[in-house]
Amino acid sequence: MRSAQTRRLVWPLLVLALLVAANAVATPRFLEITVRGGRLYGSLVDILHFGTPLLLISLGMTAVIALRGIDLSVGAVVAVAGAVACTLIESAAEPDSPSAVAGAVAAALAVCALLGLWNGFLVAVLRIQPIVATLILMVAGRGAAQLITGGQITTVRSAPYREIAGGSVATVPVTVIVAAATLLLMWLLVRRTALGLLIEAIGGNAEAGRLAGIRATGLTMAAYTFCGLCAGLAGIIISANTGSADGNNAGLWIELDAILAVVIGGTLLTGGRFSIAGTVLGAIIVQTLSTTVYTMGVPPESTLVFKALVVFGVCLLQSPRFRAQVAAPFRRSGPPRPPSNTATPAPPEEDDVKPEAASIADQEPREVRP
Amino acid sequence: MTPPSTLPALSAAVSRSRDLLEGRRRFIPVSMAGLVLVLVFVVGSLRYSGFLDPQVVLNLAVNNSFLIVLAVGVTFVILAGGIDLSTGAVLALSTMICAWLLREGWPPLLVIPAALLAGTAIGLAQGCIIHFYGVQPFIATLGGMFFARGLCFVISTESIPISDPLFSALAQTRVPVLPGGASLSLGAVIALAVAGAAAYVLHRTRFGRSVYAVGGSESSALLMGLAVGRVKVGVYTLSGFCAALGGVLYTLYIASGNGLHGLGMELDAIAAVVIGGTLLTGGFGYVLGSVIGVLTLGAIQAILVFEGTLSSWWTRIVAGTLLFAFILLQRALAPRAAR
Repeated sequence: MRSAQTRRLVWPLLVLALLVAANAVATPRFLEITVRGGRLYGSLVDILHFGTPLLLISLGMTAVIALRGIDLSVGAVVAVAGAVACTLIESAAEPDSPSAVAGAVAAALAVCALLGLWNGFLVAVLRIQPIVATLILMVAGRGAAQLITGGQITTVRSAPYREIAGGSVATVPVTVIVAAATLLLMWLLVRRTALGLLIEAIGGNAEAGRLAGIRATGLTMAAYTFCGLCAGLAGIIISANTGSADGNNAGLWIELDAILAVVIGGTLLTGGRFSIAGTVLGAIIVQTLSTTVYTMGVPPESTLVFKALVVFGVCLLQSPRFRAQVAAPFRRSGPPRPPSNTATPAPPEEDDVKPEAASIADQEPREVRP
Repeated sequence: MTPPSTLPALSAAVSRSRDLLEGRRRFIPVSMAGLVLVLVFVVGSLRYSGFLDPQVVLNLAVNNSFLIVLAVGVTFVILAGGIDLSTGAVLALSTMICAWLLREGWPPLLVIPAALLAGTAIGLAQGCIIHFYGVQPFIATLGGMFFARGLCFVISTESIPISDPLFSALAQTRVPVLPGGASLSLGAVIALAVAGAAAYVLHRTRFGRSVYAVGGSESSALLMGLAVGRVKVGVYTLSGFCAALGGVLYTLYIASGNGLHGLGMELDAIAAVVIGGTLLTGGFGYVLGSVIGVLTLGAIQAILVFEGTLSSWWTRIVAGTLLFAFILLQRALAPRAAR
């Protein structure tokens, strides 16, 4: 189990190491970390700091994807969170008081948890396909965010609110602490209890999970609620970073980046086994990619082409068929094959007919824990 | 004593009427979509004089011609059980290629095929990655979306205006359809023609029937000996072509190339397809529904324009609500197997 999991992390780790190495060569100061004004500075810290929203959403998305779902609405939820928090702070009697900010943040998080619960309700109770169910909120959510802000970009000058993104505790940026805390919480919940096992059971085979007596409905709703909550947290950080709520552009396309991060991390979109460490790596890779484009002087407009190439590269590397094709010329020179294999040119672990079957075959047989 | 033939005859009649009902059932989502469109029009015409003016009605098709073409392409993909997120980006790329090549001095009659070819090639590449390497359509077309949008910005980050005489002549061509001066633009005529052709292909050709079969159950289609690979690659290629064609129509409509054109339009197209009664699980739906879906979204926008005081974000909220209503309707009507 442990070795299988670490093997899955090899590719993302390699990609990340390559990216960091390329950066370190291109910009010598890349690896430097300095303390200025009681806060850590440096490219690596920036990657973690600006990658926090993506990381948070990717964590939520991992839980949802492990349950064979998908949440397209996180970008809209990000916008709603910012809109609710900023509007409440703006209308508070004392925008600078920490209690007003705390109340606004709590309200925004509650709204986002509710939105997540709504998604979960549609998927688990009404049994609507996840893509469609979350598409509803994706379409309507941004409209709702603009409705809340009145179509304006609401700006806040509340100091405590800005602290959420700009502040630091013991030289570590608050955002990084928030990300680490969420990560720890999720890891404890999922890997230190049976929750993770249950999620993988339902995601891997819903019917078998049901027969084993797992209550899929509640678990699915909880996963979507968690995802909504993570998106809300990310939305607050994004809006605190800019000191404004932009219903139109806040968190635009972040759902796609988050899904990308999860997939790069080795969690299959078909559900089942998931990897939290992989997702963290995936999110950091996506963020490092953006930073690389800026620091290396690649024209920023080609970021998307870059990203597309990485998407295709990672997907193809994960595809058993592609791996088999690439490996084929090397295998021929290897030890002689058993006679049963000589009849078929394809390696035994892949299914020649159906790509879907191949991707299922890619998952190692699940170990049964006592 | 009843004659022995009555009972079988009765049961035959019952089963026939059930067949009829079952047959009609398939049309409920589409007719509901049509009903909503009519309802939107009734509401509009009650509130505003001039809403039912023939030109206003025709303008729905004129202003949404590109979206109709996009939705038709996406319908094929969704019917085959896939999804295509790249259409909006391919549309933008198509406008960009048109504007860029015209600025470079290419003859306009070469520019349009070049743009169409580029979109088709991207669709083909996506189809191949999805079919041959078993990459999920969602991720593969997401990559395609990044790629096409990125290419736009590599060509130019600025908007490129178009002043070619042929393009403006094409854009200004009006095709009279009703006595009294109501007319359609060339783009709208092309869009409706594409929808018609798509309906013909889906219902009258081997490829079209295979699309439904693959969407219904890929493994059954495979066991039946249908060319599943050809269908899967084909629908994405077709969708790429439609997106590129939509881009050309959009270029005519807006007379510029810009990498930011059609932002989020892929979701509009998918929403229109779903509102039109097509199941996202594949194998069930009609092109007509997608056209109705686009027109419904357009009609809501028209009402907002007529209202004047309502803000644009209400379009999104209403579209989301409609989406929800239609999905619930589909859930209620869909046969168990399709759920």
